[in-house]
Amino acid sequence: MTGSSTGPTTGSSGGIADVTPRPTTWTTGRIIEKELPQPHLVRLRLHVEDRQRHWPGQHYLVRLRAPDDYTAQRSYSVASDSDDPLLELLVEKLPDGEVSEFLADVAEVGDVLEVRGPIGRWFTWDTTTPALCLVGGTGVVPAVSMLRTARRLGRTELLRVVAVGRNRDSLPYADELARAAALLTFTREAAGDRSAGPPTAAELAPLLAGTELAYVCGSSRFAGYAEELLISIGVDPASIRVEQFGATG
Amino acid sequence: MPVTRGFFRKRAEGPEGRLPPGQYDTGAGWPVLTAEATPRVDTATWTMSVDGLVERPVAWTWDEIHALPGSAYTGDIHCVTTWSKFDVTFKGVSVDALLEAAGPREDARFVMAHSTTGYTTNLPLGDLTDGRAWVVWEYGGQPLPREHGGPVRLLVPHLYFWKSAKWVNRLELMAEDRPGFWERNGYHDRGDPWREQRYQGDE
Repeated sequence: MTGSSTGPTTGSSGGIADVTPRPTTWTTGRIIEKELPQPHLVRLRLHVEDRQRHWPGQHYLVRLRAPDDYTAQRSYSVASDSDDPLLELLVEKLPDGEVSEFLADVAEVGDVLEVRGPIGRWFTWDTTTPALCLVGGTGVVPAVSMLRTARRLGRTELLRVVAVGRNRDSLPYADELARAAALLTFTREAAGDRSAGPPTAAELAPLLAGTELAYVCGSSRFAGYAEELLISIGVDPASIRVEQFGATG
Repeated sequence: MPVTRGFFRKRAEGPEGRLPPGQYDTGAGWPVLTAEATPRVDTATWTMSVDGLVERPVAWTWDEIHALPGSAYTGDIHCVTTWSKFDVTFKGVSVDALLEAAGPREDARFVMAHSTTGYTTNLPLGDLTDGRAWVVWEYGGQPLPREHGGPVRLLVPHLYFWKSAKWVNRLELMAEDRPGFWERNGYHDRGDPWREQRYQGDE
């Protein structure tokens, strides 16, 4: 998400002005589906009471409450489209992550969690602006939401997604991204004619034509690489929106 | 709200009275969270301005602001994403010194902090005075790293850290409050961690 500081003005390119500001409050979400697609990932689908509509790219807070009223909360990007009857989150299990470990190891279908959202009106896709998504690891999640929304609206031509993972097995939603014609790049595994390595300027440049925004989501290290790569092929820094995952467990 | 089945406190309680509600101690880590491409700010052309409702709009160059009496902060910082970091030290100049030079007019009540990237955040003027806010360029005895707002950022440690604008270059004094970047995008106008003022709708 969002955090210690900073972000540019909305400028002329964004859809932020179209989003109606609506305060959020804590509510509850019941786990309807739980799956561990890989040992370090948990995919949850929740039925959320009084759920608001969300923009693709927004996130939700999940709060856990101990018997002594101690609480721990984290924010997770939404993978689902707003029309989906359930809210889908994909959570990476982090070492000593007090929330992510609980969700992966303890939480069960039927459990009720405190949730709040949607949060964040910056790293959102307005569903009409042509955009490039350069996303890495679990940073693919907001791009999955954008693609699902684009498919519902019949606007898949507006989004170009480049997803980066170590290899195909570790990249969340790899099959869904591939079906949506995303460019999958693997840093440690060759794929077809493509040798192992991060995406290159030559791979990205042809995808830029007509795009007005670039969304970068992933670890801080990934975001640094992605920003430099985009700027090197002529993307205006003011049109880059970034969401970084800190190691916040 | 009900207890979460199977969830128990694992982390030790923080030092007495130092961890605001809903926060945890991030220890040695310092997560990097920004919304835009990290800029390269050139200290040869950067200036720090204080303007708006002031008697004398002032702009300091990098060298000029370093010539002002230095001021340091040692204490804790709190991010809205729930990490807190204890016993950090920043050095720079007190915002009081900048305001004293510019002379806030009587009708100035709020401040918009601006960054080189176009980022903005709004604060009550009262949150920037009386030794509670700094413009800083040094962290832990070293130049402030670029990803943490280097070469220079605002520091308002008693509020959530999005108020401490990275790459700050202007304080604009205003009569009426006006939302900044995150404040327009769902976050609280004041952001007091002890009152958990994280998002719009929080009291």
